Amino acid sequence: MRLEYFELIDRIIDIDLSAGTIRTEAVVPHESTVFEGHFPGYPLMPGVLLCETMAQTCGWLSMAKLNFTRMAFLAGFKEVKLRTFVTPGTLLEGHGQLLHEGSGFTRLRCQVLAGGKTVCDSELSMRLMPFLNDAFKAMVMDRAARLSFPFAALESPEANNA
Amino acid sequence: MSSTFDTVANIISETCDIPREKITAQSHAIDDLGIDSLDFLDIAFAIDKAFGIKLPLEQWTQEVNEGKASTEQYFVLENLCARIDDLIKAKGA
Repeated sequence: MRLEYFELIDRIIDIDLSAGTIRTEAVVPHESTVFEGHFPGYPLMPGVLLCETMAQTCGWLSMAKLNFTRMAFLAGFKEVKLRTFVTPGTLLEGHGQLLHEGSGFTRLRCQVLAGGKTVCDSELSMRLMPFLNDAFKAMVMDRAARLSFPFAALESPEANNA
Repeated sequence: MSSTFDTVANIISETCDIPREKITAQSHAIDDLGIDSLDFLDIAFAIDKAFGIKLPLEQWTQEVNEGKASTEQYFVLENLCARIDDLIKAKGA
């Protein structure tokens, strides 16, 4: 997790396009300028960054569902719950579930867990739009590779029907 | 058509917090009801779920942007409901 680069996920553990699920993981860094302000002497992972962790988890699932023919942008949260504090060094696991694939959007449910316990959860909407250009798509695909995106999952019949 | 309209009007009312009595078959979702594209995603999600269909929003948007269709064709509620009925029929065919 590199907070300063807004990279909230370290690795995509697995993705199942037929089930519409994804699992991601990330370790909250021990040190970050974010913690110098949030809060001095009492570092806590900001809730908005936990929300972004859910958004990025669901974004990868949404793009994979469409075989990376569209870029996913966060459009909305519904009923976000931040259930407990998250401190530096915590290993987080993101679980995303596709609820609906609409025309140009997806609706998903996501939760982030630490030590098997839910630390936050929400329903999310993602807007799906064509990539800005080839260079932008190449950047996204490069980032997917760095996150160990399981590209073999895209070769499933489910993905090829996208 | 009438039951489709009632369902759609209820969805719009609940999703956008618009009084139900203000929503008529002749209402334009954008111009009259002030629904923006983000709210329409929530409405489309609810409509898709309620009727078991997939509103072709991307296609409609493209047609409007290219001048091949007017927004009235898709976003006046009686027209929207007619298209929903067509999609329901096509699903059952």
